[in-house]
Amino acid sequence: MIIGLDVGGTHTYAVLLSDKGVEKSVQVSTDHADLFNTVLSGFTRLLESIDPARIERAVISTTLTTNAIIQQTMEPVGMIVSAGPGIDPEFFRTGEHYYAVSGSINHRGREKAPVNEIQIQDIAKKLVDAGLEYVGVVSKFCVRNPSHEILIKRILNKYFKKVFLGHHVSGNLNFPRRIATTHLNAAVFSLHKSFFEAVKKSLAEKGLTVPIRILKADGGTMSLEASMHFPGQTVLSGPAASIMGAIPYAPEAQDAIVLDIGGTTTDIAFLVDKAPLLEPVGIQRGRYKSLIRSLRTDSKGIGGDSVLRVKDGNLTIGPDRQGPAMAFGGPLPTPTDAMIVLNVMDTGDRDKAVAGIETIARELGLSIEDTAEKVFKTCCTIILKKTFEMIDQINSQPVYTVHDFLEGYKLSPQKILVLGGPAPYFAQKIEDLYQIDTLAVPNSAVANAVGAALARTTCEVSLYADTEQGIVTAHEEDFAEPISKTFSEDDLMETAYTLLKEKAINSGADPENLEEVEVVEYQKFNIIRNFSPRGKIFRTKMQLKPGLIKGYETMLH
Amino acid sequence: MLKALHKTGLVFFPAFDWAIDPTHPEREERLLYTQDQVTEEGVFDIPGIIEYKPMLATAEDIQRAQFCVPDEASITTESHLISAGGAKVIADAVLNKEVKNGFALIRPPGHHSMRVSHGGRGFCHINIEAIMVEYIRSRYGVKRIAIVDTDCHHGDGTDNIFWHDPDVLFISLHQDGRTMFPGTGFPGELGGPNAKASNLNIPLPPGTSTEGYLYVINHCVLPVLNEFKPDLVINSAGQDNHYTDPLTNMNFCAQGYAQLTSLLKPDIAVLEGGYAIEGALPYVNLGIILAMAGIDYSGVVEPDYNPEKLKQSVSITDKIKKTTDQINNYWAQRFEMREAAGTPGEIQMRHKEIFYDTDNIFERQKERIRICKDCGGCFEIDSQATPGFHILGVHIPINACPACIEKGYEFFDKASKEKFDHVFLMDRPKGAYHRK
Ligand SMILES: [Zn+2]
Ligand SMILES: [Zn+2]
Repeated sequence: MIIGLDVGGTHTYAVLLSDKGVEKSVQVSTDHADLFNTVLSGFTRLLESIDPARIERAVISTTLTTNAIIQQTMEPVGMIVSAGPGIDPEFFRTGEHYYAVSGSINHRGREKAPVNEIQIQDIAKKLVDAGLEYVGVVSKFCVRNPSHEILIKRILNKYFKKVFLGHHVSGNLNFPRRIATTHLNAAVFSLHKSFFEAVKKSLAEKGLTVPIRILKADGGTMSLEASMHFPGQTVLSGPAASIMGAIPYAPEAQDAIVLDIGGTTTDIAFLVDKAPLLEPVGIQRGRYKSLIRSLRTDSKGIGGDSVLRVKDGNLTIGPDRQGPAMAFGGPLPTPTDAMIVLNVMDTGDRDKAVAGIETIARELGLSIEDTAEKVFKTCCTIILKKTFEMIDQINSQPVYTVHDFLEGYKLSPQKILVLGGPAPYFAQKIEDLYQIDTLAVPNSAVANAVGAALARTTCEVSLYADTEQGIVTAHEEDFAEPISKTFSEDDLMETAYTLLKEKAINSGADPENLEEVEVVEYQKFNIIRNFSPRGKIFRTKMQLKPGLIKGYETMLH
Repeated sequence: MLKALHKTGLVFFPAFDWAIDPTHPEREERLLYTQDQVTEEGVFDIPGIIEYKPMLATAEDIQRAQFCVPDEASITTESHLISAGGAKVIADAVLNKEVKNGFALIRPPGHHSMRVSHGGRGFCHINIEAIMVEYIRSRYGVKRIAIVDTDCHHGDGTDNIFWHDPDVLFISLHQDGRTMFPGTGFPGELGGPNAKASNLNIPLPPGTSTEGYLYVINHCVLPVLNEFKPDLVINSAGQDNHYTDPLTNMNFCAQGYAQLTSLLKPDIAVLEGGYAIEGALPYVNLGIILAMAGIDYSGVVEPDYNPEKLKQSVSITDKIKKTTDQINNYWAQRFEMREAAGTPGEIQMRHKEIFYDTDNIFERQKERIRICKDCGGCFEIDSQATPGFHILGVHIPINACPACIEKGYEFFDKASKEKFDHVFLMDRPKGAYHRK
C-alpha cells in the first residue's frame, strides 16, 4: 500500500492507496506554526488500524520551504559570488552577508582571472564572526567550469557545517537565479533537515520504516537523503501534487488544461499526452526567480471563498478571503454562496447564502438569482481568460532555430480537468460556457494527496561536450571525462543516459520507473578558428519526465 | 533593484540551424556565445526587458523595399524571412509604444542587399532595415527616419535603397573602402540629385579606436541628427569594428559600443555583422542591450581589454577630424546642392556595376531618375545580372508627387517585354507591386 500526504494552505490531506484504489483518506487542519504535528497527526489518523508493515511507499508534500520564504524566516547564511565582466553582482544581493569576490570564468569555461585565496580567507573569518554556519558559493559560468567554486569550498570547508555550490543546483545558465537558488538551499537547509529527521523518527516509532520520499516542484519525488542537498526543490510542491493527481484522467496523445480551484486561488497547468508542462528555466513567482525545476503553473486570485464586492457599480471577486462562505458562517458573500443560491451546491445554510448574495444584488440592481448566476459565470470567465492568456504566452515563447520556428509544438488543449472542493459544479458550468469537454476529477478533494502518492522520481542532466578542448562534462553531477576528436551524438546520448539513470537511482527511483526518458534539448555546433574547423560543441539536456509510477492505472480504475 | 530605466524590447533569433556554409563566418553558432552570455547574465529576467518572438516576413513586405530577381522565394530562405520578420516585430513593439526602444538580434544580416537583389552579397540576400523602414512608413505613416549604420563595412545596400530619398537620412561609419569590402562609401557619395547629402558616408582609417569613433558621433552624427529632426532613429548595429574581429582592422570595444548606443539613443537597433563570436559579440551585445535599457553597463568589459594597446595614433586622429569637417560641410550645403542638381522634369542617368561576392554574380545597372523638387522622384533601374536575368524595376516613392506617379507608370508601360525577362513596378503611394 502507498501513502500520500499533502499539506495544503487550509487543510492537510492524506490517502492510503492499495491495488483497489483509495482505501482511506483523512483530513486534518493545517497548523502553519506547527507543521510537524500537522504531518504527524495526518499519518496517525491514516494509520489507525492499519498494519504499518503493509506500507511500501510514502510520499510527503509540505509547505515548509514555501512558508519560510513567505514569512521570511529563512536562516541568515553567507553568500560568496564571483562575477567577472557583466552586470554588477551587487544587484543580486541576498542579504547582509553577501560578498562579490574576484575571479572570472568565460562562456567557454576558460579561466580569465584567478580566485584570490586571501580574500576568501578574510571573508570566511567575517562570516564565522557573524555566527553563520552555512555558506553558498556561486561563480558566473560555473556550469561550464566549476573549479573556482570548488577551490573556494576547499578554503571554507573547515569553518562551516555545509557549503552549497552553484553548479550543483542546475545545468542551466542564469547567474542571478543560481545565486537565489543556492541561497535558498543554504537558508532552508537546517529547517528542512530537522523537520524531516523528526518526521522520520516519529514514523519509525509507529513502525513505518519505508524510505520517505518528498515531492518536488516538478511533480517528481526524491528520497529524503537526496533532498538534503537541494531542500529548495520542495518549494511549491503543493500545486504540483494536485496536477499530478489529475494525470490519471488526462487524455492520451492530447493536450489538457488542469484547473485546481481552491478557497482563495485557482492554479492553472497543462498536460501534454499525460505529461505536465515544465517551466523553461525554473520557478518564478513575481520578483522571485529561481533555477528550481518546476511544473509550469500560474495562479489567479479567485476561488470558492473569494470575497464578492461591488465597486463603482461593477462586481469584483477576490483576491482576498475573509473566512468561509456566509453559508458556513463567514462574514462576507462568496462564489460558494452564489452556487448554493443557484442550488448547484446543496450544503450549508442556504438562507445565509441568500442574505449574502442579496446585499450584492441590491447594489447591482439585479435579482438575487441573476446576481448569483452572474457571480458564477464571472468566476468561470476570469479563470478561463487567464488560462487562454497562458496558452498564448506558451505558444509565443521565443525559439532559436528555423526548425522550431516552423515546426514548433503548439499547445491546443481539448479537455479541461477540474480539481478542488467546488470542482463538480464548476466543471459543468465551464463546459456549458465554453463547449470544451470538462471533467471534475473523481475524489477531487484528495487528488493532491493521490498525486503525491503516485508521483515517480524525476531528474535532469545537462551535458556539454567540447571536442576542441577534448572534454565532456556534466558539472551538476560532478562529472568530467576526456573525449577524442571523433566523439559523436550517439556517444553523447549514451553518456547522458548513463548519468541520468545513476542520478535517478541515487534520488530513490525504482528501477522499473526509468523508462520515460526525454531529450529536452540537443544542439551541435562547429568550432571554427581562422576559417577552419577546430572541433565541435555538443549540448544536451535529458530528463526523466514527471509522471505516475507504473501500475497506477490498475489502482485507480 | 535591477530594473530597466525604460522598457526595451528584444528579438533574439540566432538561427542555430542556418549557415551560408559550415566554415563561413555567417554560420550557425555566430550568436551562440552571445546567447550564453546574455542568458547567464539573466537579461531576460530583468523587469522592463521584454523578449518577443519573431514572425515571418512576407513577399509583400520585401516588395515595399526591393526588387527580388526572379522573385522573393528564389533568393530567400526561411531564415531571411524570420530575420526580417524579427525586425518588424521590434518595429511594432516600439511604434505601438509597448516599449521605448528595441533591439533585433537577428541573423542573417542585410545591409549589403540593394534595391535590386539578384542573390547574396556580403552575406546578405534581402535588406532587413529597409524592409523594416518601408513597413514602418506604410503601417504607421512615419515621415522622417534616420538610419545610422555602425557596421565596419559600408552599408552599401541600405545606402543604395535610400539613395534618392530625402526623407530617409542614411549615415554610414565604416572602415575606409580602400582597405575593406565592399570598397565604397567615400565622402563624395552623397545620394541622388533629389536627395543630396541625405546619404552621408564617413570612412574611418584602419586602427580607429573608441576615441576616434565617438569623436565622429559627437562632432558629426549627433549634430546632423539634431538638424534633420528624425521621427525615428534606427541603428544598423554591426559589431565588426571590434578590436578582435577577424575580418576588419579597427580598435573599437564593448564599452565603446555601449557608449555609442547611449549617445545615439536609437529607437530601434538591428544587428548586422560582427564575426568575433567568442571574444567580442557576447560583451558587445550585452553592452548594447544594457545601454538601450538604461542599465549601468560599466562592468561589461572584455576579459583581455587593454586600452593602452588600442590607442589610436595622432595621424589617425587628424584624418578623422578632417573627414568629419568635410562631411559637416557637405551637410551644410545640402539644399544648395539639391538646387543645383538639375531642372525639374529632366531625366538623369547613372551607371553602376555591382559584384555579389557571396553568390558570384556580376550586375550592370542603368538607372534613370526624374528630377523633382516636390518629392524624391521616380526612377527606373535597368539591371542585367551575369549569370542571371535582365530586368527593369520602376520605383515610385511613398510621398511621390502626381507628376512622378505619372512618369513612373510611363516607365513601366514603355518597358518592352522582349527586352527584359521581368519588369517590376513598385507603387509605394498605392502600396502596389506589379510585374509583367
Ligand atoms: Zn560588416
Ligand atoms: Zn516628384
